[in-house]
Amino acid sequence: MLPTPDTSHVPYARVYEPAEDSFLLLDTLSALSETAFLASRFSSSTSSSGATPSATATAPLILEVGPGSGVVLAFLTAHASTIFGTRDILTLGVDVNRFACAATGVTASKAVEESPATAGKFLGAVQGDLVGPVRKGTVDVLVFNPPYVPTEELPAPPVGIAEKAKTTFEEDSHLLALSYAGGRDGMETTDRLIEALPEALSERGCAYLLLCAQNWPEQVKERILGFGPQWRAETVGTSGKQAGWEKLQIVRIWREPVEGGTVA
Amino acid sequence: MKVLTLNFLTCAVKACKSSSDSFPLHPKEAELAKDDVEINPQLLVNVLPRIDWAALRTTSTELGFPALPEQPPTAEELEADEKMLQELHSLLMETQIMEGKLVCGHCGHEYAIREGIANFLLPSHLV
Repeated sequence: MLPTPDTSHVPYARVYEPAEDSFLLLDTLSALSETAFLASRFSSSTSSSGATPSATATAPLILEVGPGSGVVLAFLTAHASTIFGTRDILTLGVDVNRFACAATGVTASKAVEESPATAGKFLGAVQGDLVGPVRKGTVDVLVFNPPYVPTEELPAPPVGIAEKAKTTFEEDSHLLALSYAGGRDGMETTDRLIEALPEALSERGCAYLLLCAQNWPEQVKERILGFGPQWRAETVGTSGKQAGWEKLQIVRIWREPVEGGTVA
Repeated sequence: MKVLTLNFLTCAVKACKSSSDSFPLHPKEAELAKDDVEINPQLLVNVLPRIDWAALRTTSTELGFPALPEQPPTAEELEADEKMLQELHSLLMETQIMEGKLVCGHCGHEYAIREGIANFLLPSHLV
């Protein structure tokens, strides 16, 4: 077991506290099956030796959308060589909540300090909506623990809330709601992210998406396969069986070259 | 935010995504800070192929750093060039934009950076 990053400094009144979903991401991304998959894509040691870096050796960009406390992004950064087979990775977070961006920065720095021999490079966290500020085709690994709880309404974007140094109780509740409230089927935000995936991911890019049973995960996977013959979507981690249903699951989304064509 | 980060970011306005003017964003009234980070030549060599060099040259000049060469060094050149490694390390990994703005060259929208965190949330009329 790799150590879990310390998040004791995170203001949980307005930033999502690590919970079962966060820990499922940690377990899944550090499981042998996933580290083998990731290393096959990104490890520099699997490439041919030589002074010119191969496509595999090019440092991958890891993006977490909505890192919240930063526990997952800090974990991926701190244990880079164990998880990706290389320390030469760059990690970035985008969160709507400014307090989450600040918290992620502290969590990542602390975790990197704890594991200097295995850590990659944390770039920072910016405030934004999903992959909106990220250049097309740059993301090699995208991780998203979305607001997946079905709710009547989707909270409005927090434009302006975190511009103030002090927030009210209502504003804090609003920030927390953004971290869990997913609107219809709990999928309104996730649907937008899925829509943006083909453009955001690099050719060798993959995504890890957390879903709950109420999100209709089988339909979500079908939809991704519908993007084209090179697309793949498989459940690679589950937790909390309830009457035969997996309560939470993590779907890995990626592309494989198709015969006679290239990944595009 | 680190200067390297700027190489991966663009204007969040949908209509700007297809315009080459929306990248790189242009720093304005930038206040810089320098972190002390241990140099990792291997990381720089592996980051080099994924950098948009032309954009980095623009950013570097706009932040007041000495002009970078027109063409990026090859991996071999970079590995052998202590001075270039140090310069790139200092620019990409150590330099932080703490306060200021990032301006889109296409729509002119200004994204504020406060305490090192850039805000890419758009006002409702731009979403």
